[in-house]
Amino acid sequence: MNYRIYRKFKNFMFLVLTLVSALAVLIPLFMIIQFVLVQGASSLSLDFFTQLPKPVGEVGGGMKHAILGTIYIVLLGAAIAIPIGVTCGIYLSEFSKSKLSKTLKMTVDLMSGIPSIVIGIFAYLVVVVPLKSFSAFAGAIALSIIMLPIIIKTSEEILKLVPNHIREAGLALGLPRWKVILFIILKGSVSNLLTGMILAISRAAGETAPLLFTAFGNMYLSYNMNEPMASLPVQIYTYAISPYKDWQRQAWAGAFVLMVLILTMNLFARFILTKIKDKKGI
Amino acid sequence: MIKLKSKTQDALLFYVLRTISLVVIALLLGIIFVLIQAAWPAIKAGGLTFLFSKEWNPVEDRYGALPFIFGTLVTSLVALLIATPVSVLIALFITEYLPKSISRIVALLVEMVAAIPSIVFGLWGVFYLAPFVKKVLAPLLKTHLGFLPLFQGPSFGIGILTAALILSIMIVPTISSICRSIFELVPAHQKEASYALGSTKYEMIKLAILSPSVSGISSAVVLGLGRALGETMAVTMLIGNSPVISSSLFSPAATMASVMANEYADANTPLHISSLCYLALLLFLITFLSNLFARTIVKSFSKG
Repeated sequence: MNYRIYRKFKNFMFLVLTLVSALAVLIPLFMIIQFVLVQGASSLSLDFFTQLPKPVGEVGGGMKHAILGTIYIVLLGAAIAIPIGVTCGIYLSEFSKSKLSKTLKMTVDLMSGIPSIVIGIFAYLVVVVPLKSFSAFAGAIALSIIMLPIIIKTSEEILKLVPNHIREAGLALGLPRWKVILFIILKGSVSNLLTGMILAISRAAGETAPLLFTAFGNMYLSYNMNEPMASLPVQIYTYAISPYKDWQRQAWAGAFVLMVLILTMNLFARFILTKIKDKKGI
Repeated sequence: MIKLKSKTQDALLFYVLRTISLVVIALLLGIIFVLIQAAWPAIKAGGLTFLFSKEWNPVEDRYGALPFIFGTLVTSLVALLIATPVSVLIALFITEYLPKSISRIVALLVEMVAAIPSIVFGLWGVFYLAPFVKKVLAPLLKTHLGFLPLFQGPSFGIGILTAALILSIMIVPTISSICRSIFELVPAHQKEASYALGSTKYEMIKLAILSPSVSGISSAVVLGLGRALGETMAVTMLIGNSPVISSSLFSPAATMASVMANEYADANTPLHISSLCYLALLLFLITFLSNLFARTIVKSFSKG
């Protein structure tokens, strides 16, 4: 009889443990979100979006240059990564049995595991050193290497969801394979592929480490690809480790904008991806 | 216009796809090659003693990686010690205890932790977690576990413990999402068999879910380790960045990633830059090997 109570007690304790560990992760998550919301929203003003930074000591100013810089660098990186990534995704889903596609799959897995700072150093060595200047272009290259494995993986998964009988129907009509791939499989999955790209962009937009010594950062508005360019994460970092109260407030406001941007994109993409998978019954 | 036979057209597409795939594979090899090339002067100057030398002195141009290897390993291992049980339990909580509608929301929330940029973790760590460690956690640990060398010495808020805590939060989603997908693979009849033998839910979980999943869980842990080893910004902001080796978890330290983030842009002498590239190469190799290791476990797991 005693043993039965002991077993029941153990069972109950385990339930408590799982609950505690779930709370151990959810509480920090809510704390971070609440902290960023409260601190960030109170530091936020219209100036933040429309003004450039003021010199140290003067209160006010904003991060217009960094917001535009982030958009510019991330889109440039995406423009490099998306065509290559989708092409590899097609190869992996349509020719999955070849030896090369197994090697490519492993490459993608290993690439997604490379620390982002190492990618930053690679971009520095390959782009910054030969061109002899920090540049937005180098930052875009670094971000494109970060986005690449994500885009390849999601596009492979999405294209594999296209049922085989659709491919066969196209081939049965006498279409060559490239037309089936391009005009049936790819065309039918465009909106789904877009969600994969949004996921990759949301990941790249938050990266700081690869931009530290590629795009570097500056304090003015610049659209020149060959010059250093500010970005939101790097600007937050610079302000966060500075001793000035006003700059730290700006860092919070920046974190708020960055979080809202990234979480919206991420949740949106996830929502659509789970909907797609539900519809296909997977 | 030249009209190609559809077979030729197909071959053309195939070769385009193949070439681009080869380019991506070449990119990975290129990263390795470029890093080795940039690290070569430091490899020639230091060789293997670089790995075991404690001195990192950019002023006198002498470099050793031991403090950074130490810092990286200690923060990652402490983070894993905290994160592994938590992640496994969360995965069980989601798959076994919660009704489906709620479990989806909780799973989404846990995954959301992975979407938060590491710079935001760093910011939160500096302004909230570090003061918390200094004022609450460190005194608590000192009074109860102060006899251990791990918990001695003054705490300044930032240091190994704080960095490891933030790392553990960051790697939970990685480990728990893999664990979840492994637990979902357990066939229902296996669980029912365990219940039929009269086991409680805890005993069912232990027998039917956890023990056949050990190898899968370990691969999840190794993937989490890979993530922790390479994490840069949050750790850089919280570890204190001084290349010392201390037995106390309260002491500041530096990791391979954090020293790169701090010194690379200002490095002047060629040997300094090259030594940092050597560190990058080492970090790359460690994460590369741990990912490879995790992959082989997953492969043998899915076969068996």
